[in-house]
Amino acid sequence: MLYTNLKHIESAADHAKILSENENVMVVCGRMGPMCIPVYGIAEDIEEEYKHVKFCDMEFDNPEASVIRNLPEVRGFMGIPFTIYYKNGKVVKATSSIQTRQQVTSILNEQFGVAVKA
Amino acid sequence: METNTHYDAIIIGGGPAGLTAGIYLSRARVKTLILNEGTIGGQMVLTHEIANYPGVESISGYQLSNVMKKQAKTFGCDIKSNITIQSMDLGNDIKTVVLEDGQQFSANAVILSPGGRSRTLGIKGEAAFKGKGISYCATCDGDFFTDKEIVVVGGGNSALEEAVSLTKYASKVTIVHQFDHFQAFEHAIDEAKNHPKINFKMESTLTAFYGNDKIESVDIKNIRTGQSENFKTDGVFIFIGYIPNTEFLKDKLELNTYGEIVVKPDMSTNITGVYAAGDSIAKRYRQVTTAVGEGTIAALAASEFLNKNKNNINHELLFQ
Ligand SMILES: Cc1cc2nc3c(=O)[nH]c(=O)nc-3n(C[C@H](O)[C@H](O)[C@H](O)COP(=O)(O)OP(=O)(O)OC[C@H]3O[C@@H](n4cnc5c(N)ncnc54)[C@H](O)[C@@H]3O)c2cc1C
Repeated sequence: MLYTNLKHIESAADHAKILSENENVMVVCGRMGPMCIPVYGIAEDIEEEYKHVKFCDMEFDNPEASVIRNLPEVRGFMGIPFTIYYKNGKVVKATSSIQTRQQVTSILNEQFGVAVKA
Repeated sequence: METNTHYDAIIIGGGPAGLTAGIYLSRARVKTLILNEGTIGGQMVLTHEIANYPGVESISGYQLSNVMKKQAKTFGCDIKSNITIQSMDLGNDIKTVVLEDGQQFSANAVILSPGGRSRTLGIKGEAAFKGKGISYCATCDGDFFTDKEIVVVGGGNSALEEAVSLTKYASKVTIVHQFDHFQAFEHAIDEAKNHPKINFKMESTLTAFYGNDKIESVDIKNIRTGQSENFKTDGVFIFIGYIPNTEFLKDKLELNTYGEIVVKPDMSTNITGVYAAGDSIAKRYRQVTTAVGEGTIAALAASEFLNKNKNNINHELLFQ
């Protein structure tokens, strides 16, 4: 169980539904560990500003997370979390292991457009 | 134009030291802001299990961080996390902080508690292979290396203990250490030395990483002989100690040669109205309990300072 305030993806069907209903999606697939918690924290913090992006998480050890673990884009990844950015259901970027806020926002800005300040 | 928000006290860093200071100050009705660069909780949030925090038998660092954060917020402390400080002026009576996004804050007192972080090797390719063979967390990434051969860099307790724990997954672990002896407890050294899956390359250091999608080999240089070898490996775990997050304080106040903030027993620094607490100060032991203790002292001293300069702080509440 991931103790975050992000939308939890519980199954492959859930994952497919979110991708079909949202143009821009970021999924952080990890565990409750030192490399993953900071990335969930960043997603929670910027969710308000990036209203045009759907932020989700998925448990790495959930067997249905194979929808992420088996992506060709994560070949060679050996560090959690696997963070996947989707546009119109297609993977546009994937990162492995801990990321900084700056790394995350620069991907979001490049792939989905900049944040709208309140 | 951005407006400035004034506080009585600003705390830089929201780990256990900063959160504790935030709890004490806010509870005494000192208008307080915590500015934190990463996730609230600092290194504590990265700790799977804390079993040595008195009064709590066992708790994840994430949970303990959330409780401390909630306590601070309940008393009225403002908290901003995942921010970046662009500039800071501590020299005047009114201290100012400007964030990268243009927000400006000022305060009569500042508590510095930026903690520390894992040291990296600083070798070319280290950032590119992070998560693709290079890891800093055995519990997180160990299972990616099942039946694989890995290198562990370091010679302290963390390196030796994590090397042993990684033998659950890896078929062979080679410890690379720069000295001819380890800086660890005897039992940790014995356990590693007696483990059939663990080998050692002493007086050696990594100088390069190679691979395509992921790490395939590293260069290991023997410091004594100067000879280098290319060593095939599937992964590298790095545990080479911690450094204080004080780069942004250079030239602003007194740091020692290790970059640690020099404090007096009341946690005051050499700058009037500026206090420091936690892992970033010059001290021997770095634990949640010590950070919490210093955060308390810094908050009490800062509120006394504020009280002397401005008599509207409810000092009584601090000690209840
Ligand atoms: C893997 C691991 C396991 C541990 N296990 C234990 C344990 O079991 N028991 C125990 O007691 N201790 C443990 N510790 C040690 C303990 O976590 C630290 O001693 C403690 O967290 C230090 O607290 P701190 O508030 O000083 O700093 P930190 O926890 O490092 O927090 C500092 C905060 O300041 C932020 N910051 C840094 N620079 C800036 C800046 N320029 N501007 C704004 N914010 C900034 C950081 O992002 C961070 O959030 C462990 C540490 C690690 C790494």
